[in-house]
Amino acid sequence: MTALDERSRYLRGLIIDALEGGGRGHVGSALSLVEIVRILYDEVLRVRPDEPQWPDRDRFILSKGHGCLGLYVMLADKGFFPREELLRQCKAGALLGGHPETHIPGVEASTGALGHGLNIGIGMALAARMQKRPSRVFVVLGDGELNEGSVWEGLMCAAKHKLSNLVVMVDSNKMQSYGRVEEVMDLGPLPVKFAAFGCAVREVDGHDVQALRDVFAGLPVDGEKPTAIICHTVKGKGISFCENDATWHHKASFKAELAAKMRAALETI
Amino acid sequence: MRQQALDMVHELARRDSRVVFIGSDLGPGVLEAMRQEFPDRFFMEGVSEANIIGMAAGLAMDGYIPYVNTIATFLTRRCYEQLAIDLCLHNLPVRLISNGGGMVYAPLGPTHLATEDLAIVRALPNMSVVAPADETEMIRMMGASLDLPGPLYIRVGKGNEPVVTGHIPGFTFGKAVELRSGRDVVLISTGAQTGQTLKAADLLAETGVDAGLLHLPTVKPLDRDAVLSAAVGTALLVSVEEHTLIGGLGSAVADLLADAGVLKPLLRLGLPDAYPTGYGSQEYLLGQAGLLPAQIAAQVQERLAILS
Repeated sequence: MTALDERSRYLRGLIIDALEGGGRGHVGSALSLVEIVRILYDEVLRVRPDEPQWPDRDRFILSKGHGCLGLYVMLADKGFFPREELLRQCKAGALLGGHPETHIPGVEASTGALGHGLNIGIGMALAARMQKRPSRVFVVLGDGELNEGSVWEGLMCAAKHKLSNLVVMVDSNKMQSYGRVEEVMDLGPLPVKFAAFGCAVREVDGHDVQALRDVFAGLPVDGEKPTAIICHTVKGKGISFCENDATWHHKASFKAELAAKMRAALETI
Repeated sequence: MRQQALDMVHELARRDSRVVFIGSDLGPGVLEAMRQEFPDRFFMEGVSEANIIGMAAGLAMDGYIPYVNTIATFLTRRCYEQLAIDLCLHNLPVRLISNGGGMVYAPLGPTHLATEDLAIVRALPNMSVVAPADETEMIRMMGASLDLPGPLYIRVGKGNEPVVTGHIPGFTFGKAVELRSGRDVVLISTGAQTGQTLKAADLLAETGVDAGLLHLPTVKPLDRDAVLSAAVGTALLVSVEEHTLIGGLGSAVADLLADAGVLKPLLRLGLPDAYPTGYGSQEYLLGQAGLLPAQIAAQVQERLAILS
């Protein structure tokens, strides 16, 4: 099991704050992708929080939009919008809703319906190439999302166009809403599947920040192929009683006591 | 009509470097001249409509104006969520050139008949919807389409429709075209059905019925002023469409009249709430639905007789 450092715990603390403030949210799927977005925004993505539409920026699409709290805390931390917005998420008139939308500074595509982000990212990657921009496109998919056929349509297209500026990451926490991925819709060996669909594939512990750094440092893996990074993660990572528990996929009534319990669990790591 | 639409994509690509073309798995040689001239802006992406719409959205987000072409049923039903979210929610300038609106693919059966396309695309916020009557109008509409904000659905007829709008200059989105004035009844139609409806108006004139014809190339946004002024000046409105009666042109007109508080008899002619059966030709299926000129005229006369 990968230990979480101070920054990872801090970001999870912000997620708990947002859950408590908004009174609801997707929990497990946000907690599983914290290190992925953390390393991307801290060290990899070329973005300008004070100029979100800078043309040469890298694009990041959270295709598994329900994990948005994991993205929101990063965008707030980077200064795309005030941190106080986290505490109002999902409230009437709030900037932040239960899925990312493009009116939020730093959000490139409105997602939430699964199986859309990769395809949009393909268009962005093609555009970058055609416009001779250095922009790269990073898309995070959930493994439950891989049930959608549009993902596999997109992978064929990305490979055909040799989109080496496209990086597809799977937040492979092995769980989906109903339960374990292998029971709901077994995906089989993901590295083999992604390779067969034309990607250069890497696997990584999605909570190991150094391992993530190393993988990102090696991009593109193949100058003629899109890169797929299978990030092995734990749904609910960091809060012991949330981990690998499908009932923590989403909480519609999130009370202060629950937040206190989660904070206590986070402190004991 | 489709050929003119595609030729215009090539022409627009010459005029504007933002224009790209995306097809699914179209016939061999489609837009070959454009592919030769602009290989970087020509895409043929296979039988994968969901991916194509998402890809078009991504290109549009970074400044391109994609013109997407495939068969109407696949461009609507198959990827409806992509139309709703990728294109309409993001309000992107993607143009959908939709082959075979209505009964065009009659011999191929109901899997290929786009009889509810106008209803479902019209229901999407930000989507504009057009159905040109003939190839001249298609060319004018395409010429005007470049800078239209937001997504656009273009219903394409079979081709070789009678040219009934050749004398109309230019094209303005959202504007109706009065093809014939008349006081006894005003027929309202869109798309290729306008040609049939004009013939029906001629037949009515021969029997002494003064029939007007208002052509609505833009189904959304509907030309409110034109429809309301037609309603004021006549005893009967008749909508004619090669489309299910649920949610298409006739529904749009009825909504408009109801919302404006205008009480006016409205006869809606279109397809019944049923999958067409039998194959044959487009004309054969239109005849089954009572949408040939003589049938339209007869139904109008019947309604006028009841009203009088």
